[in-house]
Amino acid sequence: MDVDLIFKIAAIGIVTAVLNRVLNQSGREEMAMMTTLAGVVVVLMMVISLISNLFNSVRTMFHL
Amino acid sequence: MDIMKIVMVGIIAALLAVVLKEEKPEMAFAISIVTGLVIFVFVITKLNSVMTVLKHFAAKANIDVLYFTTILKVIAIAYITEFGAQICRDAGEGAIAAKVEFAGKVLIMVIAIPILAALMDIMIKIIP
Repeated sequence: MDVDLIFKIAAIGIVTAVLNRVLNQSGREEMAMMTTLAGVVVVLMMVISLISNLFNSVRTMFHL
Repeated sequence: MDIMKIVMVGIIAALLAVVLKEEKPEMAFAISIVTGLVIFVFVITKLNSVMTVLKHFAAKANIDVLYFTTILKVIAIAYITEFGAQICRDAGEGAIAAKVEFAGKVLIMVIAIPILAALMDIMIKIIP
């Protein structure tokens, strides 16, 4: 059970939220958008690897 | 105690999701997905011993391998479908969740057709 991933995603979320706020305040909306997008993509990569892990474990468990 | 671990993970993840919800809803959603996956993988590894026992009994009772694997496949499809549908519903997409569940039902029916055919064969044999 790797709980680290949950904390990692929460940390990425908080950091991107702070960056978003700072960049928005300094008037760089496009950079803020980019940071948001990058955060979402990074998190999505983690989630996808975990989902494939789940499918593999189910497949080996039930001999599909 | 495993259940304590799981409950603690769930509470901490719920707290993190609530913290992130108003600032970044997509991250809160990712946290809920990952928490579900972590708990699911953790629990499904525990099923291993149960599966070996079930297989042992099936071999003892001379049950056809086809039927046993079909049942296992149906259980697996049901688990995965439920998981995906719950995640979709959690994200507020009830329509997609309903479609996922529908697909799961159809696939289970497709897998169960050979058993139905065998049952029909037996009935036709019995009834002259």
